[in-house]
Amino acid sequence: MQKQAIFQSKLLPYLLVAPQLAVVLIFFYWPALQAVVQSFLLQDAFGLSSSFVWFDNYIELFKDPAYFESIIRTFFFSFAIAVSSLSFALLLAVMADKPLRGVMLYRTLLIWPYAVAPPVVGVLWIFMLHPSLGVISRYLRAAGIDWNPLLDGNQAATLIILAAAWKQISYNFLFFLAGLQAIPKSVFEAAAIDGARPMRRFWTVTFPLLSPTIFFLLVVNIVYAFFDTFGIIDTMTRGGPGTSTVTLVYKVYSDGLLGGNLGSSAAQSVILMILVIVLTGIQFRFVERKVTY
Amino acid sequence: MANVTLRNVRKTYLGGFEAIKGVNVDVADGQFCVLVGPSGCGKSTLLRMVAGLETVTGGEIDIGGRVVNQIEPADRDIAMVFQNYALYPHMSVFNNMAYGLRNRGMAEAEVKSRVEEAARVLELSAMLERKPRQLSGGQRQRVAMGRAIVRQPKVFLFDEPLSNLDAKLRIAMRVEIRKLQRRLNTTSIYVTHDQLEAMTLADILVVMNGGQVEQVGNPLAIYEKPATTFVASFIGAPPMNLMSTRADEIKSQLGGSAGEAGILGIRPEDFVITDQTPSGGVAMSLTVEAIERVGAETFVYGAREQEDQRVAATPGELPPGEVIVRIPGTDAPAIGQKIRVAAISSKLHLFSGDGRKRIEA
Repeated sequence: MQKQAIFQSKLLPYLLVAPQLAVVLIFFYWPALQAVVQSFLLQDAFGLSSSFVWFDNYIELFKDPAYFESIIRTFFFSFAIAVSSLSFALLLAVMADKPLRGVMLYRTLLIWPYAVAPPVVGVLWIFMLHPSLGVISRYLRAAGIDWNPLLDGNQAATLIILAAAWKQISYNFLFFLAGLQAIPKSVFEAAAIDGARPMRRFWTVTFPLLSPTIFFLLVVNIVYAFFDTFGIIDTMTRGGPGTSTVTLVYKVYSDGLLGGNLGSSAAQSVILMILVIVLTGIQFRFVERKVTY
Repeated sequence: MANVTLRNVRKTYLGGFEAIKGVNVDVADGQFCVLVGPSGCGKSTLLRMVAGLETVTGGEIDIGGRVVNQIEPADRDIAMVFQNYALYPHMSVFNNMAYGLRNRGMAEAEVKSRVEEAARVLELSAMLERKPRQLSGGQRQRVAMGRAIVRQPKVFLFDEPLSNLDAKLRIAMRVEIRKLQRRLNTTSIYVTHDQLEAMTLADILVVMNGGQVEQVGNPLAIYEKPATTFVASFIGAPPMNLMSTRADEIKSQLGGSAGEAGILGIRPEDFVITDQTPSGGVAMSLTVEAIERVGAETFVYGAREQEDQRVAATPGELPPGEVIVRIPGTDAPAIGQKIRVAAISSKLHLFSGDGRKRIEA
């Protein structure tokens, strides 16, 4: 097997990767660089001039209690979304791994929600849980719960977490199912003969054997909750009520585009960028070392 | 200690496929029973039914005087060794063996002493802290055995436990398993497709084909008196030579009712190269087509001069007209040479024309 393709011309290989490089450079590195530059600048109120202020934007940011609230909120959201989505997906995967009639149909249906775009997810959940439009809201109020996520920050947060977790279940389900099917059936059978009841079997055999998958998904889900929930938040609550659903990503958007504070917004994006790099680093470091049991 | 009795056991899958078509087997306490047959004959399914991993759709499985059809695998007091060993990859060797004991709430001191005793017997003491992936195939196999013996169950079930090992290790482990079973004196059911393993291990041999039992009995008794042509060609390597008794040459020699029987079987080792025809025996002329020398013995593949039609559709069957002759040593005729071989009357096996019934001369 020849691993290296041999090109006659030295130019050709570069030419072949050029389109991809151009896309990455124009749409990723250029804006990223712009953000870094921008984060060191302070613009006047009319956007006519800007001055170089070194790290002032960052210093301002870390002095701002709203930013810290947003950090804590984002971590809480990520944790809640990752845990609820992972545990529910695992439950579904364990169920769908059983030899059932029509199991392929269940599996296909369970994967479908992944194809729904985040803003559409937001709209779907609004239809269900909007205080005046929502189908479920009516039942909630009939049950005596004062349901109004437009006014109650905690309820708004719950709504975002629900919608975001729901969206991610399919993706997690797919990986869990694949992980479960990679474990030889005879291992479960041996555990059954060894006297482990289903619950104990799950915690002592299935769960540890899935731990590499769980770890991988945990990182993916946290990244998802950090960044890809923007569409859901924007359609459902726009960060409100107050700032109760403003996550770090949403704050970049609202401070920059809505608040006009481009310098701070850029500084926030740079911090987020560093965060993604760290998370991806962790993921590669541990996922590469595949066997953790 | 327990006997295992299968009474008219059946298995029909949802689609209507009948995997087990009414099996009756009685394994006495402490006996080593081997289920042997070609792939797809239902032997593994039957074993899994005894283990409780497959539902029983008809008949009864009785372990130690208790019908276990509806009892969970954990409560049947059996231990199973799987073909792929099915070790828990995330647990150390010690924990693999201790898992079944701890699940049953055994005191940790007792767990430790039992596991260490099993490890000593199986020569695993030095690797109790290792994970399964750090072990060789043979060591994994021994851990799987250890996991079964620490439980001290009523019955051991083996599902082709040696088929993932290389040939040399397989023979060594075969002897180990037999010695261990003798010492523990635990009733065992062992599934294999290897007739040699079956012959050497079994107290009681069950030959299966197409979801049915072809013959049950002592392995040597089965070898000497196979009940059907399937058993005749499956047990013994190389397989028994089967030929139609309607071929003129054979019919004239057998004479009378024997000539009408249908199928004549002669084992390769029962032939001798001789020009004489023993009285009551059968002689035939062969053209030597191939020679296999394996050291202590030589197999001569010859073509009969009068070819007859196919005899019976069984696995391991010879092509029509081909005869294998086993001769001791390495002194064999040359390829292309014509030889005459004969077998005495007591070495002849006669079967009905469909091969389903043995006819005693």
